[in-house]
Amino acid sequence: MTELTTVEQILERKSHPVTRDASVAPTDDMHERLLELEAKGEIVLQRMKGDYVEFPTKYGRMKKIPIEHTWHHKSCGHCGHIPGYASSILWLHRQFNLDYHDPTDQTSCTGWNYYASGASNAVGQAAVMSRNFAAAYETGYFPMIHCGTSFGHYKEIREQLVHHKDLRDEVRRILDKMGKPLVIPEEIVHYSEWVYAMRDRFKERQLVDMSAITATVHPACHYYKIVAEDAIYDPEIYGGQRTAVVTALLEKLGVNVADYSTWFDCCGFGFRHVLVQRDFTRSYAVLRKIETMINEANPDLTVTHDTGCVTTLDKSQFAAKAHDRKVGVPVLSDAQVAALAMGAHPFRVVQFHWHSTDWRPFLEKLNIPWQKYWDEFQGDLDQIRAGTKSGITWQDADTPIKLQSI
Amino acid sequence: MPTTIENWNPGKAVDRHPEATYEEKERLFLEVKNDTRYEDFLYGCYECGICVSACPSARFYDFSPRVIAQAMAREDVERIYDIITEDIWNCAQCFSCVRCPRQNNPGGLVTILREVSLKNGLQESKDALQGYSRVIYKVMLKGNQVSPDMLQPDFFPDWGPWVQNFTQNMHVWRKAIPMDSIRGLTDVAWRTDRKTLLELYTIWFESGNMDIIKELDESLYDLLTDVMNEELEEG
Ligand code: SF4
Ligand code: SF4
Repeated sequence: MTELTTVEQILERKSHPVTRDASVAPTDDMHERLLELEAKGEIVLQRMKGDYVEFPTKYGRMKKIPIEHTWHHKSCGHCGHIPGYASSILWLHRQFNLDYHDPTDQTSCTGWNYYASGASNAVGQAAVMSRNFAAAYETGYFPMIHCGTSFGHYKEIREQLVHHKDLRDEVRRILDKMGKPLVIPEEIVHYSEWVYAMRDRFKERQLVDMSAITATVHPACHYYKIVAEDAIYDPEIYGGQRTAVVTALLEKLGVNVADYSTWFDCCGFGFRHVLVQRDFTRSYAVLRKIETMINEANPDLTVTHDTGCVTTLDKSQFAAKAHDRKVGVPVLSDAQVAALAMGAHPFRVVQFHWHSTDWRPFLEKLNIPWQKYWDEFQGDLDQIRAGTKSGITWQDADTPIKLQSI
Repeated sequence: MPTTIENWNPGKAVDRHPEATYEEKERLFLEVKNDTRYEDFLYGCYECGICVSACPSARFYDFSPRVIAQAMAREDVERIYDIITEDIWNCAQCFSCVRCPRQNNPGGLVTILREVSLKNGLQESKDALQGYSRVIYKVMLKGNQVSPDMLQPDFFPDWGPWVQNFTQNMHVWRKAIPMDSIRGLTDVAWRTDRKTLLELYTIWFESGNMDIIKELDESLYDLLTDVMNEELEEG
């Protein structure tokens, strides 16, 4: 008689690395078609200049990740509401003297609005992406996308452009009006892939011992669910069953990564919901994510790699206290954790004060005397208020804080 | 009405929205079906429910990506009209449903349905987007979806006292960010060149995006076109 599969059997099966073969992937890889379109003169295919590393994606295709000369496609959610996310990414580049460009010739992908309201169309969205890519190409720097939604959205638009000539023609007509070519980069790269690629170098410069920390990971939907074949997977991480970014970094830094059953669930952001219907967002973030994490893993921290996820998971926790729900897990991005590990100032760089769930116990567990750095930061603010300092600059922020090297 | 062999319509929805004619409902469906992306997003449906098991909105609302894929695959015009008027705004656009073994993209179908609903000025969609116009105004004019000054206690009471604290300190906190592209700005997320914004306005006009805004909210349309035209004329 057939017997039911036990949980142990499932876990055993999942513990084996999966051999993946790009040639038999269930999805269609369009990189060859990009070369064909380039050969026909339909698109300009932007290539990386300088160093890159290659990592396997979901079905085995090797993806190139540039190390420097990158054009930082910022995220409106980071820059508007979690600026320590963006400044941590750039701070990490600066620690290794890696060449980067922080452009002002960049618009948001406008994907948040599109997923929230539908108030745009395929041509408009493709033209916005292509304008940004053309702007990057003009500088000679290679795009690195900060936002998970921009990353997923652009991957999907790239598929549409490759498959639909009428869309390419229409976008080219619009770009012609600006004197711009239709540029598609040879890879669409998310910053968390660069963080993944750099993890060994971060480890070499780690100043803060993170071994006391237990963290859960929320993989961002738009990173690995949209055009799933283009996300990085590693047989060493969850047997290649989940994307490797974020988790591999935390493991490298010595964080104890704890699993929980609702890891595949979204955070509850909802695009429209987080702005005008937050009852859904709050309920989902707390009931399906934060409370489940606490019940199953009791983490000191949860770490993710997208704009909306940080905001939703962090800001949704306050109201749930009124309903006696289990909350109180601070939320950071992988870049902020890496920067903190390397001694980034908690306020000048990581900008903890923009996060609302109490992060003090987490910093105390790391033996980072946050009050001292908060006082120092308050001194900066006093000078800014008094007009004796115009603002914090990289000169104030570049040097790691003085902690004993581990 | 009793079901007879003449009126038996297996698996198809009955008319729950008599305010719209069948021809009108069919016209809307054909507009969806004619979208370039439709064939990439729908390959038929096994009705397996794998999409539903991953769908956050299915947990909190009477909402199902399976029903959407299924209704589309059967071309059930009545059911699709129910979906377009009652369901589409519940979708969280997370794309967890693309784990579909049939390679469908129910979330993508919702995106097309939303667009068609807006283009045709459906009242249900206008209602769902009430209070959202300020975001469209921001993203279309400034090129950023969100900005620090949108974080007002009145709009985010559920985020607790942090918002109040933030509002009081916003100007000085914004100056205390090391990135040149962000430092000091409160009404946008980052500094965007004027030339960049003019190019963005060109995209909105040339792509037909403004027609959608006109259907959604005429006064927002007037406001946006006035500002954008003036800027474009100045060059
Ligand atoms: S995209 Fe929409 S339909 Fe698909 S899983 Fe997310 S909420 Fe459900
Ligand atoms: S859309 Fe896909 S996952 Fe959902 S029920 Fe149909 S075949 Fe199954």
